[in-house]
Amino acid sequence: MQRYILRRLLFLPPLLLGVSALTFALIHLAPGDPLSTQFGLNPRGMEPQTVERLRAQLGLNEPLPVQYLRYLGSLLRGDMGRSLATRTPVSQEIWARFPATLELAIATQALVLLVAIPLGVLSAVKRGSLVDALCSGGALLGVSMPSFWFGIMLMLLFAQNLGWLPSAGRGDGTLAGALKALILPAVTLGAGLMGLVARVTRSQLLEVLSQDHVRTAHAKGLAPRWVLVRHGVRNALIPVVTILGMQAASLLGGAVIVETVFAWPGIGRLAVNAIWRRDYPVIMGTVLVFSAMFVLMNLGVDILYTLIDPRIRYD
Amino acid sequence: MIENQRRPYPPSSLWLDVWRQVRRNRLAVLGLVILGALVLTAVAAPLLAPCDPHEMNLSAALQPPGSPGEPGTPGRILGSDELGRDNLSRLIYGSRISLQVGLIVVSIAGLVGVTLGTVSGYYGGAIDDGIMRLVDVVLAFPFLVLAIAVVAVVGPSLTNMMIVLGGVSWASYARLVRGVVLGLREEDYVLAARVLGASDWRIIRRHILPNCLGVVIVQATFGVANGILAASGLSFLGLGAQPPEAEWGAMLSAAKPYLRQRPLMSIAPGVAIMATVLAINLVGDALRDALDPRLRS
Repeated sequence: MQRYILRRLLFLPPLLLGVSALTFALIHLAPGDPLSTQFGLNPRGMEPQTVERLRAQLGLNEPLPVQYLRYLGSLLRGDMGRSLATRTPVSQEIWARFPATLELAIATQALVLLVAIPLGVLSAVKRGSLVDALCSGGALLGVSMPSFWFGIMLMLLFAQNLGWLPSAGRGDGTLAGALKALILPAVTLGAGLMGLVARVTRSQLLEVLSQDHVRTAHAKGLAPRWVLVRHGVRNALIPVVTILGMQAASLLGGAVIVETVFAWPGIGRLAVNAIWRRDYPVIMGTVLVFSAMFVLMNLGVDILYTLIDPRIRYD
Repeated sequence: MIENQRRPYPPSSLWLDVWRQVRRNRLAVLGLVILGALVLTAVAAPLLAPCDPHEMNLSAALQPPGSPGEPGTPGRILGSDELGRDNLSRLIYGSRISLQVGLIVVSIAGLVGVTLGTVSGYYGGAIDDGIMRLVDVVLAFPFLVLAIAVVAVVGPSLTNMMIVLGGVSWASYARLVRGVVLGLREEDYVLAARVLGASDWRIIRRHILPNCLGVVIVQATFGVANGILAASGLSFLGLGAQPPEAEWGAMLSAAKPYLRQRPLMSIAPGVAIMATVLAINLVGDALRDALDPRLRS
């Protein structure tokens, strides 16, 4: 177990190396002079000697592999360059918006776990009932809806027509205000994932409930509720964890869109604004952070796996 | 004797079987009907649309649904947008872009992914290692985030978006196909073909690829749905279709400032996207059930 985690951790650096190589390549694919795309300088208005001196100073004349190593070195020190628009360090910009994105992600996950799993269990237990039909239908709609549209529709209903919830921002500073502001973005971001998780929970539980050990548990007189919880749900949740890990990517991608719809001041919105301003260092910084988060989330899921499923032994 | 016995099943082929299974699934039939209607709409857009989707008329901007057109022009069943263009016509023409985007994205991803996956699984060794590490790195990026970054660098346009979406989604095809090929490579009929002197290319073409077709088709069906969703999201962010293109995601982002005044302008393109994606997902579900031998009845 510890050896497995250690092995997975050893796999992390090469993966992050690949990720950084890709962002580095992207920065260099950006059209325009690297002096302007990377440092926000305007070489056209300068003397040729000044341009040459700056290039030499900033290391732009060196071969690409050397530049990549330097880029990697600064990444390791947490230096991702400066924003072309605000001149603040990219790491600082990202760090300032990290809590908002984290908050949204946690709220979404909580929503998925607290709503989708019980719904999946309910529709498996009451198979063929109206509840089941409604859940299946809702799940199918959930994965087929564009999240930004669903968000706009929620905004139309709950913010504009009913006036119950704010349509943008992170609230008025009070706890109640913050929670109210969180509801619409979290529901929007979680809709697709909730549909998927409810569907998988249902089909897995149905499969588990038809197995022999469940019949044995019933036969020995265990209360039906405990059979469901201990023998059914516990076993059915293993694939659900995989789904949650696999969908981490769409959650992060969705965050970019949902944060834009609700003017949520997170990393996704930072990325979109940076794209509109052609602020390449910020774009690459956000991509790097998102990818690192994704890799770490997957690692977390793999480790969680070994904890909930004793059959899995990695060695 | 044997010839007098009634055969339990009429003669069949794999695809006839699949068709029978899909036909029995009511939801899949519904999906096929919606999809058929969409394809028809896309093909016959010039005949169905009451107006030119790009024709602007600033004096008739943001008209409510059902308003009569100016004398000599058709009425605005869904109203007009902020530049006075007919919303219904734009919606109809939007089906062309969405279906086209979905198909092109999947074609790029499928072509690259199946090729690399087959080579990887069939030849193994260092080639396999190299390709699979590349797959790991591509899959280490959150799909949409990577697409956004690349589009931001190469410049937003419909064509660039399709290439990028295809270019970042091939990896899952490669991993899937590699897994199947790995198993097929060890089959006796492949060995037999090799003993008979068949070339690698012939074995891959005649014995490996046809057997991968099932999983690839299922994956590709969901790929079209996801491609359409992702493309509409990117266009919504302004990274895909550019004005004046009538694309559903871009129409939504243009409609957002008028949400209070003209809610239908925001509702209609979303319903169109959802109906398209839902229809494809329904068909995909049925195809998966029909093509997976473990689920066959």
